[in-house]
Amino acid sequence: MKDFSLFRHLRGLPSWLPSLMLLGLMLLTPTAHAEAAAAVPVVVDKGDVAWMLTSTLLVLMMTVPGVALFYGGLVRSKNMLSVLMQVLTVFSMIVVLWVIYGYSFAFDAGNPFIGDAGKLFLKGVNSASLADTFTSNVKLPEFVFIVFQATFAGITGTLIVGSLAERMKFGAVLLFTALWFTFAYIPIAHMVWGPGGFMLTRGALDFAGGTVVHINAGIAGLVGAYLLGPRLGLGREAMRPHNLTFTMIGASLLWVGWFGFNAGSNLESNAGAALAFINTLVATAAAVLAWLLIERVFKGKPSMLGGASGAVAGLVAITPACGTVGPMGSIIIGAIASGVCVWGVSGLKKLLKADDALDVFGVHGVGGIAGALLTGVFTAPGLGGTGAADFSIIHQLGIQALGVLVTLVWSGVVSLLAYLLVRAVFGGLRVGEENEHQGLDITSHGEAAYEG
Amino acid sequence: MKLISCIIRPYKLDEVRDALTAAGVSGITVSEVRGFGRQKGHTELYRGAEYVVDFLPKLKLELVVDDSLLDAALEAVQQSAKTGSVGDGKIFISTVDQVIRIRTGELDADAL
Repeated sequence: MKDFSLFRHLRGLPSWLPSLMLLGLMLLTPTAHAEAAAAVPVVVDKGDVAWMLTSTLLVLMMTVPGVALFYGGLVRSKNMLSVLMQVLTVFSMIVVLWVIYGYSFAFDAGNPFIGDAGKLFLKGVNSASLADTFTSNVKLPEFVFIVFQATFAGITGTLIVGSLAERMKFGAVLLFTALWFTFAYIPIAHMVWGPGGFMLTRGALDFAGGTVVHINAGIAGLVGAYLLGPRLGLGREAMRPHNLTFTMIGASLLWVGWFGFNAGSNLESNAGAALAFINTLVATAAAVLAWLLIERVFKGKPSMLGGASGAVAGLVAITPACGTVGPMGSIIIGAIASGVCVWGVSGLKKLLKADDALDVFGVHGVGGIAGALLTGVFTAPGLGGTGAADFSIIHQLGIQALGVLVTLVWSGVVSLLAYLLVRAVFGGLRVGEENEHQGLDITSHGEAAYEG
Repeated sequence: MKLISCIIRPYKLDEVRDALTAAGVSGITVSEVRGFGRQKGHTELYRGAEYVVDFLPKLKLELVVDDSLLDAALEAVQQSAKTGSVGDGKIFISTVDQVIRIRTGELDADAL
């Protein structure tokens, strides 16, 4: 971060956007950059490498078992294994696709919307290859950056599973997430983080992936919920979560793992990581309290599921903001996120009339949008953020809104086409009625989570 | 011989069991059941979704007693299972034709 002014000058980017450089320096390799770096010896810091490998493991832990248990506890017991399976398999599949072609198309230089095929099959990457961090002469082994980003792609695919839960064919889930990863995740990751990316060059702030991960997955889930239709018996049968203890364990693993996700996105173990770290802690805590307070006031009783949902809402909302806002701003972002997400899973859900089974859009979509917009507010230096003195909230809000809109439309359209294609291939997205009644555990996987 | 089936509050099991034992009853069968009567269910709220739970968890006790023990057994259940609020449960009494102890082949009163 200490090199900000130097690089802002060299790159000729607007002076009110130092935070953008956090993202930009990571991957842009222009001549000016190379000349400046030549003056200082390149450093690969063992502390950075250790931190990034740890962060990568933390994001893996967020997914399996974090997301798996969080979602698993929310479905009925007859569908427990199907959810665990979908999360495990989608993650595994995307990680493989990531190293085959995902990394190249997301992070190799290309046009503003998609990268090049230059690193297909990780061509040319070896143990000596280096990737940029936010400090000009500090590098990471490229393998570290590749695996860190692999877990990001993987977890994003698994988030969608929550909307599709309890009724979709297993093969259809896999084919859809593969298509969506290819045509929605990769281009949006490139637009936000890739060299010359469409949103990056416009100055969109998305530190750890609020648009790339949460809005992206949220809208894909919502479109899926529309196309699948409601679960059989919705509104007549009780579809209670079968084990909120698992959901609590999952939410807790998510919270711990999210430090790898957010503070890891700093790419170096320094003060920038510490800022993301404290923000991830306090925003989440504020969101838990806010959700419980809202429940207590408007619904009567503060609930465990409410607390866990608040934690996830806060984590989602602080994701784009954690590198550029201050801790007090984080508290407000967390609290507001809970407020809008309570609406997302109740009022908005009724309005949308889609059976988004586990509220992926209500929490990740709505929380992601709130976080993206609020990042544009609380990055302001007057509000404790790291924005430059001439940071304009109105201007930044416009850019943030553009980022949200592009993600919603791009991912929404890609999702729609992908679901239609998958429906044609599989002759329908849903399992048969009888199988749905019996549960996907037995009928799709031939095993049961529990006795009886 | 009479079969006494009673539906009671789950947490009352130990008290009822002690009272019946004191009254001279030598065996009880217990099952976990769900049902509804005059006691209303409750509402559960999971995020935006509200579910009314009509069937509440109860325990069903089954015991067969000699006619001479019937009144004492009924009194024991009534005293021990009662809280005075709706949901205390019910007792059903019916006549039993025959009882056989499987191990020895003893019949009726000897088999109880």
